[in-house]
Amino acid sequence: MQYRFRGGVHPLTFKSLASDKLIKRSFIPKRVVLPLSQHTGSPAQAVVSVGDRVNVGDLVAKPSGHISAAVHASIAGKITKIAHFPTYNQARVLSIVIEPEGGEDQDFKPKPDRNIDPIPKEEFLGIIRDAGVVGLGGAGFPADVKLSPPANKPVDTVILNGAECEPYLTCDHRLMLEKTQEILTGLDIIVKILGAKHAYIAIEKNKLSAIYAMEKALKLNSLERRAGPGRLGSVKPKLIALDEKYPQGAEKQIIKVILNRIVPAGGLPMDVGCVANNVGTAYAIYEAVYFGKPLFERAITITGSCVREPVNTWVRMGTMLSDMKDIFGGFTKEPKKIIMGGPMMGFAQYSMDTPISKGVSGVVFLTEEEIDAHKESVCIRCGRCVDACPIGLVPTTLMYRVKGENFPEAKSLGIANCYECGACAYICPAKIPLLDYMKFGKAKIQTI
Amino acid sequence: MSEALVVSIGPHIKDKVSTKRIMWAVTFALLPAGIAGVFIFGINSLFVIIAGIVAAVVTEALMLAVRKKDIGAVWDGSAVLTGLLLAYNLPPQSPLWMPVAGSFFAIAIGKQVFGGLGHNIFNPALVGRAFLMISWPVYMTTWQNPGWKVDAVTGATPLALCKEGQAIVMKGVSYWDLFIGQRGGCIGEVCVIALLAGAAYLLVKKYITWHIPSTYIATVAVMSWAFNGKAGLFTGDALFFTLAGGLILGAFFMATDYVTSPLSPRGKVIFGVGCGLLTFLIRKFSGYPEGVSYAILIMNSITPIIDRYTFPKWFGAPR
Repeated sequence: MQYRFRGGVHPLTFKSLASDKLIKRSFIPKRVVLPLSQHTGSPAQAVVSVGDRVNVGDLVAKPSGHISAAVHASIAGKITKIAHFPTYNQARVLSIVIEPEGGEDQDFKPKPDRNIDPIPKEEFLGIIRDAGVVGLGGAGFPADVKLSPPANKPVDTVILNGAECEPYLTCDHRLMLEKTQEILTGLDIIVKILGAKHAYIAIEKNKLSAIYAMEKALKLNSLERRAGPGRLGSVKPKLIALDEKYPQGAEKQIIKVILNRIVPAGGLPMDVGCVANNVGTAYAIYEAVYFGKPLFERAITITGSCVREPVNTWVRMGTMLSDMKDIFGGFTKEPKKIIMGGPMMGFAQYSMDTPISKGVSGVVFLTEEEIDAHKESVCIRCGRCVDACPIGLVPTTLMYRVKGENFPEAKSLGIANCYECGACAYICPAKIPLLDYMKFGKAKIQTI
Repeated sequence: MSEALVVSIGPHIKDKVSTKRIMWAVTFALLPAGIAGVFIFGINSLFVIIAGIVAAVVTEALMLAVRKKDIGAVWDGSAVLTGLLLAYNLPPQSPLWMPVAGSFFAIAIGKQVFGGLGHNIFNPALVGRAFLMISWPVYMTTWQNPGWKVDAVTGATPLALCKEGQAIVMKGVSYWDLFIGQRGGCIGEVCVIALLAGAAYLLVKKYITWHIPSTYIATVAVMSWAFNGKAGLFTGDALFFTLAGGLILGAFFMATDYVTSPLSPRGKVIFGVGCGLLTFLIRKFSGYPEGVSYAILIMNSITPIIDRYTFPKWFGAPR
């Protein structure tokens, strides 16, 4: 059973560029730049200084508050610099630079597989926090915080989000194919931590192979389920094949589609007894819990029609995009726009000298023809943005309010509810950059 | 390479549908009705249509030049569409200065003085028609019966005959004739089947939604059935009143004009019902046999108010 959510758009996905490419092993770059703020919340605090030697997986920065996440060395080597660097979505972030000196062992030494059944949930949360796991869908919210809701907001349902509704990106798809069992174990851990009674795995129908893989794995698992409440794997997840629609992978939308629960405006999924986690996050949690492996690498997609060999690849955090040309074989045509993240919500880059960090799910290169070069014209009030907005705003009216600097009215029309999916600007036939106005308006109403 | 990169806020891809494509699609959807009109009434109808379009485009270009705007915008299709719609709303035997005067007024006063595309309050083509109706009522109400000859018999529209108390179906005009356009009327309004074909194209391609046309037509049909019967309440001929005037053209192609109709689906329903009620009232109680164009113009004027009270509910807003 699948419910509907209002609005949404259907962009061409271009996922076939990379959807059949195995996730490559990560390579060791000649240096990494590790931003101390790769997550939502306060930046991490460096615990190393210039000249120190670190091994793969060593803690280099500790969380500096409740909502914060640790950063770990992604390669072994010497700390050569701690300075401000641009990241994919911020201008200047204090970052730790590590350069290998040659001869180091660049493999992570997993801690021996441990029996996790008797571990209490508090310890799980500690392990996840120590591993610096954050949501890998894009927002980068620290996973341990998301998994410890306050006692007055019990969570009964966990959703594993494999929607991957952003066009072009395929790393979640590949991960579900190649690490099916591991992801399901990660989901089991999440279910146990939250004490949830129901679990759902939601995948869009354009990833049929992932749906089959999950279905098969679930069938296998049900043969060897370990019984008993509170034990790992006691909740059998349900698999949901979602119709294609952007922004289906957004938390509020996926909860509506699966459970028909509506997260209140300004509220969180836990307000309706629900937590949604990306498949990549579930995998990172699995690795952290079973092998003590911190989040120092992630799967990303590097794609675009001008990319010689679109790939999915593991990449060590802090690897500069400019160092990765060999991985995707360069370009068949000069790209005009480089996007970190998906083409709907991702960030355009000023240069390739930007490090991959926890929140980057892919890199999309667009050519001149693919960037919509239509000139902005006036609003013809067609109402397409109104129909597309998943949260029921009227983007064109908000645009006029922001343009006219009438911020109080923009606020009363609900501009703060916008979570910047970009469906309005995507669909606008007058090519008005509606999202620019939304973002500007949202920033402005903070000050009134 | 880096200095050549484009940097902007997302989304970095956009839908292919543009304003221009929408305008030309609507124009395309109107073609069958025009072709049918020329077949039914003769070649003068074609000249009227061409005169209307040319005058609209020229006026648009002049006004853009006067307002120091980009004259290239004349090809966005909106002026062509206005000229076409205006011509469709004229009697087939109109002298050619009529569409020219109407188009000039429609574009210059109906559209550009408000600030051009997207800013006009009233549907420009209907503004042009209203102007002609007030200024030269005789020309606007001299009808021609279907036929190729230029000196074809002058007749009256079915609605006008009805207003005079004559039973139209008895005068040899069947529902089928109304459907295929064998009756007196404006160039573009008579051939219902051609209009419906164009409307179906727009609906399938999602250039218009069902909200306004269906509520508009349903309201007119129900009201006519309830109150227009000779034998008392609920004996009216709903089908006749739906097909006989400009309702189909108005409901699908003019009431649905984006700029002058409400934004939200709920607003569109209110707009459609309002148009229907006003059309019925004008047809029934005013001196005019037909009320579509004035009904739409009046509803255009309250569109901002409808918009104000029909904002969609936020996702997760308290009930």
